[in-house]
Amino acid sequence: MSRGQGMAQFLDNLKAAPRRFAESAWRSGTPNTDRSRSSFVFGNVFLHLHPVRTHRWSLRWSTTWGLGIASVSAFLITLVTGVLLMFYYKPYPDVAYDAIKDIHFVVPTGRFIRNLHRWAGNIMAVSVLLHMARTFYTAAYRKPREFNWVVGMVLLVVTLGLAFTGYLLPWDQLAYWAITIGANIAQSPREVTDALGMTAVFDPGGLQKLLLLGSEDVGAEALIRFYLLHVMILPLVLVLLIAVHFWRIRKDGGLTRPEDADRRVGGPAGIHPSFTEAPQKTYHLAAVVRGRTAAVGRGPEGTVPAMPHLFYAEMAALMLTVFVCLLLSLLIDAPLKELANPSVPENPAKAPWYFLGLQELVSFSAFMGGIGIPAIVILGLALIPYLDRETTGTGEWFGGPGGGRLVAGSAVFGLAAVLLVETFAIRLGWIREWWLAAPQILITLVNPGTVLTLIYALYSIWLVRRHQSGRAGALGLFTCFLCGFVVLTIIGTWFRGPNWGFYWSRAHWPGH
Amino acid sequence: MNERSRLAPEPMPRRDFLGLSAMTSALVALLFAGIGMMRLPKAAVLPSPSRRFRVQLPESLADGEAYVPPGRAVAFYRRGDTVYAMSTICTHLGCVVRPTASGFDCPCHGSRFGPDGAVLKGPAPKALPWLQVRAIGRNAYVVDEGRTVPSGTVVQA
Ligand code: HEM
Ligand code: FES
Repeated sequence: MSRGQGMAQFLDNLKAAPRRFAESAWRSGTPNTDRSRSSFVFGNVFLHLHPVRTHRWSLRWSTTWGLGIASVSAFLITLVTGVLLMFYYKPYPDVAYDAIKDIHFVVPTGRFIRNLHRWAGNIMAVSVLLHMARTFYTAAYRKPREFNWVVGMVLLVVTLGLAFTGYLLPWDQLAYWAITIGANIAQSPREVTDALGMTAVFDPGGLQKLLLLGSEDVGAEALIRFYLLHVMILPLVLVLLIAVHFWRIRKDGGLTRPEDADRRVGGPAGIHPSFTEAPQKTYHLAAVVRGRTAAVGRGPEGTVPAMPHLFYAEMAALMLTVFVCLLLSLLIDAPLKELANPSVPENPAKAPWYFLGLQELVSFSAFMGGIGIPAIVILGLALIPYLDRETTGTGEWFGGPGGGRLVAGSAVFGLAAVLLVETFAIRLGWIREWWLAAPQILITLVNPGTVLTLIYALYSIWLVRRHQSGRAGALGLFTCFLCGFVVLTIIGTWFRGPNWGFYWSRAHWPGH
Repeated sequence: MNERSRLAPEPMPRRDFLGLSAMTSALVALLFAGIGMMRLPKAAVLPSPSRRFRVQLPESLADGEAYVPPGRAVAFYRRGDTVYAMSTICTHLGCVVRPTASGFDCPCHGSRFGPDGAVLKGPAPKALPWLQVRAIGRNAYVVDEGRTVPSGTVVQA
């Protein structure tokens, strides 16, 4: 080989380096045939959680409203902005507040990043709740997706945990007193153990509070614990569970769709699987050919390649979420009150809005409102897919006996019940106001929260008997609890003022 | 070697036995490691500031009027020639209650307490706890927030 040839070869390699780098990174060529589109998906560690082909039913907006993707998108925004905030945030009581103030007023783009983090967190809470409602109402939790519904429940709890732990970090009055109340809710099983006179020997409430705060009150120990949970433990758990959640969607055969989805989305999609070469194992895995692995006995008739159809839809949901978060962050600043003052409570001391429904219940009984009823609700929700083993209406909005009319009726009933119980309690007070010496255990057992839960439960049992269907009962119960949650949250947010008194508007609050 | 009955269970192959014991020991180790790690976050020594402190009651403190030392969650009362103190941390969810003409109001969920700490209005489940007080001189007392005493326990001024 002459010297000139070697040099030419080197220059050629140099020129081709960017292209070869791209090839080596992507493993497959341009995704322009069905084969390369598939390998584009399963050849990529991030994309391979997706199916290679997606049913056209799943791509309709009305199937998902993009809510699951909106949840991950909001989570990604909080992840990025959260890491940025960590550049300046210091989790120690004497400097935390100043750090947030610096971020808000001094750090370049700090306020904007902080706003984004705050509002994306809120959007995430909303979209996770709505996503749960959509999977419930389309009966998407049914076999074989029971387990993914349970994973979803844990995701919901972790999402709320992230919101709660993040709330303390600014170390302002709002943060300090909301977390004081939250930590004492963790301690509230004492309301029961005290009433039974056994706190001295069995005190789960005290243990929970101690584990949460690492101390008797909200101080340096609590702040570092909340920080650790907020930036390490809970995000890690969430990422892991999201991976399981997505992987299960694929393994459970894609999104739920009605039996006759193929017929209802119409004729062939125009893009057919093209078998240009001998099918390989991966074709079978990818459900390009008929097989029992991923598409569970269904042919690929109504499906299109995930690349680009599914990815474009996901991108659209992501961009929409980003847009909403950006807009909110430009328009509204994240709140920051005065520095935390352990001897003067914020009045009223309010938790973040998604906990205000619970705070409303807590204002009657700490244990029932803060632990008892939430535990019953979460357990009940987790059990739904194991109790509803029916098949009618799977994949349909409000599918099941009774359908949309039953849901509308339940909404009316649910709203009426919660408004009645609240009006009664606000107007006439509760047991302690009529009978000062009432034993606490009576109030713990009988309070507006438990009464409402009982009314809803009885109504749902009536629905089960009337329609001879567990799904009918579940539809009614879920709708009732949703209405109760919304009404209590609205009352807690807008109609509660100083001393948790009821006020028609902020203008009526006594000056203080 | 004796012939085995067709009904007798298969003997466990050595490989299965080893695998099973490895698996079991791993699970047991994991369990104990888990329990050990769970023990770590439960603080053995609480970092709270000392809960015992000295208080000088103002000369002018009227009979039946609450005195809250600045920055503390304790209220003192003088009644005749006796003195007593109680915690001002609400027994509901831990907000600091404010002294009023008729006792205490909680700003968080509206509980009300009498001047003896008894609950007048829910949701607080029980009375404000009385605290151990010791007289150490003219108008000077030591109170221990960490030690509660039965309601009605007073000291001579
Ligand atoms: C951090 C929270 C969550 C994220 C990021 C998330 C994400 C997703 C995504 C992207 C999908 C695809 C379909 C869609 O967009 O609707 C999905 C499906 C699903 N999710 Fe979630 N989810 C979360 C929480 C939940 C919760 C709280 C539940 C219910 C308790 C739940 C239950 C389900 C079920 C059953 C499916 C399958 C739906 C079907 O087959 O049609 N997920 N999730
Ligand atoms: S903390 Fe006092 S009433 Fe709730």
